[in-house]
Order: sequence, then structure tokens, then C-alpha cells
Amino acid sequence: MAVSVLANVSLNEEGFLTDPSVWNEEIAKALAEQEGIELTEKHWQVIRWCREAAAKTGASPTLRQITTGTGLSTKELFELFPKGPAKKVAKIAGLSKPEGCI
Amino acid sequence: MSENRHMAFICSKGNLDMAYPALIMGWAALGNGVDVTLFFTFWGLDLINKHRVDHLEIAPVGITSMKTGMMGFPINIGIPQIAGVLPGMTAVATTLMKKKMEELEVPPVREMLQMLHDAGAKIYGCKMTVDMMRLTKEDFLDVVDGVVTASEFIDLTEGAQIIFI
Repeated sequence: MAVSVLANVSLNEEGFLTDPSVWNEEIAKALAEQEGIELTEKHWQVIRWCREAAAKTGASPTLRQITTGTGLSTKELFELFPKGPAKKVAKIAGLSKPEGCI
Repeated sequence: MSENRHMAFICSKGNLDMAYPALIMGWAALGNGVDVTLFFTFWGLDLINKHRVDHLEIAPVGITSMKTGMMGFPINIGIPQIAGVLPGMTAVATTLMKKKMEELEVPPVREMLQMLHDAGAKIYGCKMTVDMMRLTKEDFLDVVDGVVTASEFIDLTEGAQIIFI
């Protein structure tokens, strides 16, 4: 499924969407699948919160902003999106690479 | 990026300013999917000592890079070293640094260690310094995975990139 949905989607060398405006839920699912993640309702809560935060601030939220904002613990966030949650959520949510340090 | 990149930080300093480099870089590493090990030795043990972690300080004496601008003054000039020895200067510098970190949304050391632990970092104390300072497991934060010898640390960090702070 991932292959067909992403066939016409342009990604940069790190796997982020080059044109964030093309993002939709199907693309999110396909991008998540590429990362080995099957999206559950908890994943979607994080994705939605990140997209709202990014729309407000113009920047992808950092790890700590995600935990503070969603009320999820660091542990839960690393379980949902293993090996680098902030970057993975940003990628799946069609946002740019997060730049903050914390 | 290889899946199993591993970074190990040897933290040997107990000052507030020297506490953050490993914590921030370690957190960034975890955020990039890199495995992290933190090894606290000598004065660095203060960071994982539950009686000390909330009382870390920065003393202006000897820090020639510290300028008045960092303390909130409009003119950015050097602070005479002799001023640093005045009573209260360490407390002032510490309060100011904590305030600056808070403005940047950088959590206190205790909270950062908890975040690193929750994100999967391994945290160890150095056996020899622990013995030398007559500390026990009870003196350390719950996030500490154990007290290990230098040799055990070498085994635990095989293949890791090691950074000494």
C-alpha cells in the first residue's frame, strides 16, 4: 500500500515531504508504514496535536513541546514512535524537521 | 544513518554550566534514534546525587568568558576576576543561569535526567569515585541504572562514540 500511495509524492533525502500541502491521512499512513509504525488512535492524537502546533508557531514541535502539549510521558512517546519521536512524527505529519534542541 | 549508532558521555564535572552539555547532546542523540549511555565520574557524580542535583552552582571565578551582558547588564564587558570572589557572587551567577535556562525552556538537571532515562538512556555512576566519596546506592537518583567500574564501562560502550566532558 505504501508504495502506491507514495508513488507520486515527492520526498527529500531525509524522507520529509517536499511539499507539505499535499499531506493527507493516506500519505501519513504510508509514511508511518515505511517507518515500521502502524498508526493507532494514540498516534493520531500526537500527529494532530503536532500539526496544530506547527500551524500556530510555524515550526515543528520539539520532543519536550510534544510531551508537555499532549500530556503523554516521554516513555509513551518513545514507545509510540521509537528511535527519535520528534523527527518521526514530523515526517509522518507532513511537517519540516524539528529544529529545537530540547 | 546506521540503526545502532551509540554515543557515550563521560561526565566528570559537577558545575551547573558543565552539567548541561552531555544532557542536551544526549537528549538530541535520543531524538535522532541514537543509543545513549551516560557515565558519571568524580565531580560529575553530583548530577546524579539526589542530595546535590538541585544545588549545582556556577562560580564566576576562573570563567574568563563570562561577560556582564550574560548577567543582564546593557554593557557587555568582562567581569574582573577579583569580583568573583566576593561573597554571594556564585549564588548570583547560579540564579541568573537558572533563569536564562528557564527562559529557553531547558528543564532543570533532575528533570532532564528523568527525560533521558525515560527515553531509554543508560545512566551509570563510577565505582571508584563512589567508593572514594563514600557514597551508596541510596544517595543516587532512581534513574541511575547502577554503579560500574571503568572496565565495565568499557565493555558497556563497545563500538560507541565516546565524549568526555
